[in-house]
Amino acid sequence: MLKINQLHKSYPIGDSSLHVLKGIDLDVESGEMVAIMGSSGSGKSTLLNIIGMLDEADSGDYILDDVPIKNLNEKKAAIYRNKFLGFIFQSFNLINYKNALENVALPLYYQGLKRKERQEKGKFHLKKVGLLDWAHHLPSELSGGQKQRVAIARALAANPKLLLADEPTGALDTTTSYEIMEFLQQLNDEGKTILIVTHEEDIAEMCKRVVRLRDGIIMEDKKVNQVRASQYV
Amino acid sequence: MFDLDLWREIFQSMNKNRTRSILSGFTVAFAILLFTILIGIANGLGNTFQEGFADDAINAIFIRTGNTTKAYDGLQAGRRIQLKNEDFDFINEEYKDKIQYSTVRIFKNVNASYKGEKNNYSVRAVNPDHQFLEKSIMKDGRYISQLDLQNKSKFIVIGRLVEEDLFSKESALGEYINLSGIQYKVVGVFTDEGNDNEERIIYMPASTAQLLYGNNDYVDSITLGYNPDLSVDEAIAFSNKLTKRLKDRFSVAPTDQSAVRVFNMALQNKGVSQLQFGLGLIIIVIGLGTLIAGIVGISNIMIFIVKERTKEIGIRKALGAPPRKIVSLILLESIIITAITGYIGLVLGVAVLEWANPLLEDYFIKEAGVSKNIVITATIVLVLAGSLAGYLPAKKASKIKPIVALRND
Repeated sequence: MLKINQLHKSYPIGDSSLHVLKGIDLDVESGEMVAIMGSSGSGKSTLLNIIGMLDEADSGDYILDDVPIKNLNEKKAAIYRNKFLGFIFQSFNLINYKNALENVALPLYYQGLKRKERQEKGKFHLKKVGLLDWAHHLPSELSGGQKQRVAIARALAANPKLLLADEPTGALDTTTSYEIMEFLQQLNDEGKTILIVTHEEDIAEMCKRVVRLRDGIIMEDKKVNQVRASQYV
Repeated sequence: MFDLDLWREIFQSMNKNRTRSILSGFTVAFAILLFTILIGIANGLGNTFQEGFADDAINAIFIRTGNTTKAYDGLQAGRRIQLKNEDFDFINEEYKDKIQYSTVRIFKNVNASYKGEKNNYSVRAVNPDHQFLEKSIMKDGRYISQLDLQNKSKFIVIGRLVEEDLFSKESALGEYINLSGIQYKVVGVFTDEGNDNEERIIYMPASTAQLLYGNNDYVDSITLGYNPDLSVDEAIAFSNKLTKRLKDRFSVAPTDQSAVRVFNMALQNKGVSQLQFGLGLIIIVIGLGTLIAGIVGISNIMIFIVKERTKEIGIRKALGAPPRKIVSLILLESIIITAITGYIGLVLGVAVLEWANPLLEDYFIKEAGVSKNIVITATIVLVLAGSLAGYLPAKKASKIKPIVALRND
């Protein structure tokens, strides 16, 4: 599903440069739910951004679903992002002047689907996250948890191979966090591959595998016994 | 290709971000409004100007004579200089290539009567060319012809107001008017853009007047239209030469300012054309100034809009929007707003000018207005400038890595 080999990335800071990722090797199989952990500055977000093609690595190989991701031009990267990846952000990143349904349907617009089809698929996914009744509300009229669920519906809409979540619960309280995690676990049960960046232990324990980063290298990579979020909800 | 979805996206974004749309629209509408009004007023000034000199042909040279004030060549001062037909022929012969039109003028005052209606009018006995020098516009019938001149016909051409006075509402054409005891047939009625007095004039053939009033070959003045191919300086040189020649012919002292007087409109035209050039320059400066102000305004707003939308651009890119679609989204939105509001500004500006026209006439601004082409060109320039100003930052924004755009809060 996902193969990463000796990935390096540094950011220029003034005259010098900050070496953020110092050779990362990572294999993720289809259907896995992986938590990437680490303190701030460990490089976990950078790793996720490179996996998400939001950022480019300096060196190393990255193969996603047997497609080498390298030297992409903007257009190709856009197509790959649309086809392979669904994003969930800490700050939701919904477009504030579009209602829930329009936000969910936006990736489908960039897939070139017809309006009717977009509406149907959008509604289907909103129903899946339990927000069909809120389809015509603007993000400002939704709670944090609801916003994140709209964002998840949007990430799912294009039926991506891989879901990438960057601190998906970072802006939510514990109960809402667990609700979101429960939902992500459900998606994983249905076979979605999910990568979650987090620095919260309890969230990490709800995944099936935990990868710990420190100073740009992988310290630990182990399977864990998944804690079901449903028991807290 | 017409992309309905793209237009939906654009109109939603315009509609949901009203402040932004109105702000950019206002800038363009206001710039075009100002542009229209200022150019309109400048044009109005130009019109007033033009009209002030529209009465007579602008290439006219007037020749009059009077009494000599200086003794010269053995002749006493105080001698009367009388122009005659032979002088007119002499001038026409001598300066054929420099003259476009030429006419004599003989002035009389007459009592005109028609079926009990009576009034005093000035008569000008002239040659056919006089029509073009005075810019008489024929309303009915025809002007004095060369044939009338040869036949010494008792034909007259009367002004619009003469017709109104004597015939009230009826047509004077073909009727006979009694001028101080002699019957004349009206062969034409003319109008004139100059003042009303010009339309209270009666024209007759010069030869007829000479025959009937004194039986001589005297003329009161000669009016020439110099060849329009002559430059202003050449025309002035021509009239100077002519003056000298005539003074010679009449044995008048070269320094005598009274005996032979030649007035050349070219002298006046020189000032007029300089003023007109100045006015044109002012129009250009005003137009360019307003346009540049508008361009700067819309450019600033476009840069601001792109900045404001950076995060949205990041989100769209993360969801798989290709850069081209992002650029076209932003650009088309700005083009639509500027085009629509530019048009609104144009309509408003024209409406303001229409409304203000009667008021402005008191300030020597006549028929203030703009040519649609100028304003539409100005609007297109603004739209293009706005697009260009939006394109560069939009292009740049579409190239930002999504992660950078998303980080931008």
